Amino acid sequence: MAVRSRIKTLKIDGRDVSAHEDETILQIAEENGIFIPTLCRIEGLSLIGACRLCLIEVKGWNRLVPACHTHAEEGMEVFTDTERLRNYRRMIIELLFSEGNHVCAVCVSNGNCELQYLAQRLGMDHVRFPNMQPVRKVDMTHERFVLDRNRCVLCARCIRVCDEIEGAHTWDMRGRGIDARVITDLDIPWGDSETCTSCGKCVNVCPVGAIVEKGRAVGEMTKRKDFLVYLSKMREAKK
Amino acid sequence: MGKQIVIDPVTRIEGHSKITIQLDENGSVADAQFHVTQYRGFEKFIEGRPFYEMPGIMGRICGICTISHSMASAKACDQIMAVSVPYTARKLRRIVNLASILQSHALSFFYLTSPDFLLGMESNVRKRSIFGLVESHPEIARDGVRLRRFGQQMIEWIAGKRLHPTWIVPGGVGAPLTDEIRQRILAEIPGIYQLLRRNIDWFKRAMEDYQQEIRTFGNFPSMFMGLVDNRTGGLEMYSGILRIMDERGNIIEPGFKPKEYASYIGEAVEPWSFMKFPYFKGRGYPEGIYRVGPLARLNIVDTCGTPRANQEWAEFRQLDRRVVLSSFYFHYARLIECVYAVERIEQLLEEPDILNKKVRAIAEPNRSEGVGVTEAPRGTLIHHYKVDDQGRITWANLIVSTNHNNLAMNRSVQQVAHRYVDGANLTEGMLNRVEAVIRAYDPCLSCSTHAQNQVAMHVQLIGPDGTLLDEAVRE
Repeated sequence: MAVRSRIKTLKIDGRDVSAHEDETILQIAEENGIFIPTLCRIEGLSLIGACRLCLIEVKGWNRLVPACHTHAEEGMEVFTDTERLRNYRRMIIELLFSEGNHVCAVCVSNGNCELQYLAQRLGMDHVRFPNMQPVRKVDMTHERFVLDRNRCVLCARCIRVCDEIEGAHTWDMRGRGIDARVITDLDIPWGDSETCTSCGKCVNVCPVGAIVEKGRAVGEMTKRKDFLVYLSKMREAKK
Repeated sequence: MGKQIVIDPVTRIEGHSKITIQLDENGSVADAQFHVTQYRGFEKFIEGRPFYEMPGIMGRICGICTISHSMASAKACDQIMAVSVPYTARKLRRIVNLASILQSHALSFFYLTSPDFLLGMESNVRKRSIFGLVESHPEIARDGVRLRRFGQQMIEWIAGKRLHPTWIVPGGVGAPLTDEIRQRILAEIPGIYQLLRRNIDWFKRAMEDYQQEIRTFGNFPSMFMGLVDNRTGGLEMYSGILRIMDERGNIIEPGFKPKEYASYIGEAVEPWSFMKFPYFKGRGYPEGIYRVGPLARLNIVDTCGTPRANQEWAEFRQLDRRVVLSSFYFHYARLIECVYAVERIEQLLEEPDILNKKVRAIAEPNRSEGVGVTEAPRGTLIHHYKVDDQGRITWANLIVSTNHNNLAMNRSVQQVAHRYVDGANLTEGMLNRVEAVIRAYDPCLSCSTHAQNQVAMHVQLIGPDGTLLDEAVRE
């Protein structure tokens, strides 16, 4: 049996755990049943560390670091659920809510939304920041799907799945800060895109109600995410 | 200028409003007005949203009439899609619409209004509520709760939840009916008939003690409007044609298509209220006053179409010659409609195709405009949308049941204030009568106040001695 990598021992939230050195803290935590919130991460796609929800504290380190990009080190002491982290995470969710139009009650993804789940799980009971709600036009030009940028959280899952799995690279990001937005091709209406294969992978990985099927009523949009792990494994196997 | 009496807020109604009564120097009533003091912006903030989201968003206008708004909205969307809703879905929508009317009528009659009849218009104000009723007339209070629960349970069983279900969708409904739920509803119906029978009986006896109120509670000539079945002219809550009857009982518009509403109904704005004043264009404003709701519906129809309701309706029609004008009879009409609702629900549940699984038509936006009209508990409800070529809403107009009755409610407040309010010897009971006439209309103000292009506003700055220091008017 080939040796995969060296084993490291470390502490997460006071618990002694062991892991391979190429594993991230996020993976180790999940193997050990320790919850760390994530939003931009989805199994089967590359990691970008954009949402900052998986930030953790490490004893002796000044900065908070994203669990999805931090590897196990010998003797490391990791904390995943401190007051400081809880505050930051709630603030991140609140900022997302204050920027877009996230009215769950009338959203097609109500009840099946990762942002909504995180808000509940992280104890967000109000939004302390004023609503920005910039006017962003809904793109309904595609025959089957809708892009509602008012609900987009810029997790870039659509961009990654289209590039890494489908291979079409229809999606991209344009602009910075409050002006940042996902675009199709060179910022043309989705329905006019020549690269889009209408495969629907972006719909299924979108964690919120931003990329959805047309004609769905409130709460009717459920997404299938398991296909991604299956597809990646099948491709690995073929190589 | 004489004194002004302000009733703020008006109690035991849905939504926020106030009544102002102007007295002259002798303390007699000079004028009275019913103001809606809240403001909503649904017509504006849905602009740009996909049309098929409308039933979900519009249902949120109101927690009582969520079904009515979703229904009218879905019907407007059906037109935008240019589809024919499957028969079974149409029947299921009808059942849920009737269930909603039932629960709302139960709320209006038992919870909000019956304390006035059972405890007295002038009774102790602290006890004059559903809680006082529980102490003094527990069996009637229990009936009220049971009737409302029956309506709400039907909505929950069929549409998934009591409050803001999202089951009414463009093109049909979200899920078919199961036989288990059908049986469960049918099993409750006999008990509900008995409940309605005994409550109609006591109310008819009670009406004899309220002859004075019947004469003055919004008893004036006006037109009446509502949907009727386009074949039989019978009572109809879900589709059909709009009919208008005049104050003498003559049918002046026998039936026009709901989508042509704008040719018949105009909307005026007054600076002192957030609620618009619809009027019949044929007579102009404000002469084009008409009423909608239970009283109007039972006036304009040729039949109720169900045996028990028809029997009661025949008695109702005997109350006045040609047309029943007193708004006090809204209460009676409400009870008759409850009987009708239960009978129709029972009929529909017995239809052979009611369990059919095909309940939703799916289509793209194929038309640029849609008008959905239904009868809500309080009267005719109109949703009118326009969409762009992608199906995004570009314009919306709602005329909500309570809007139609706005002119009539103001007229009624004036009538009751003139009759009962004595500025020199003011009592709480006098003012309760002014509120009570508003309750007869069962207004829902959160439903009825909507965006206009520009909000009418009249701001007055009044000094401590009552003199007007400054004012600004925006119309």
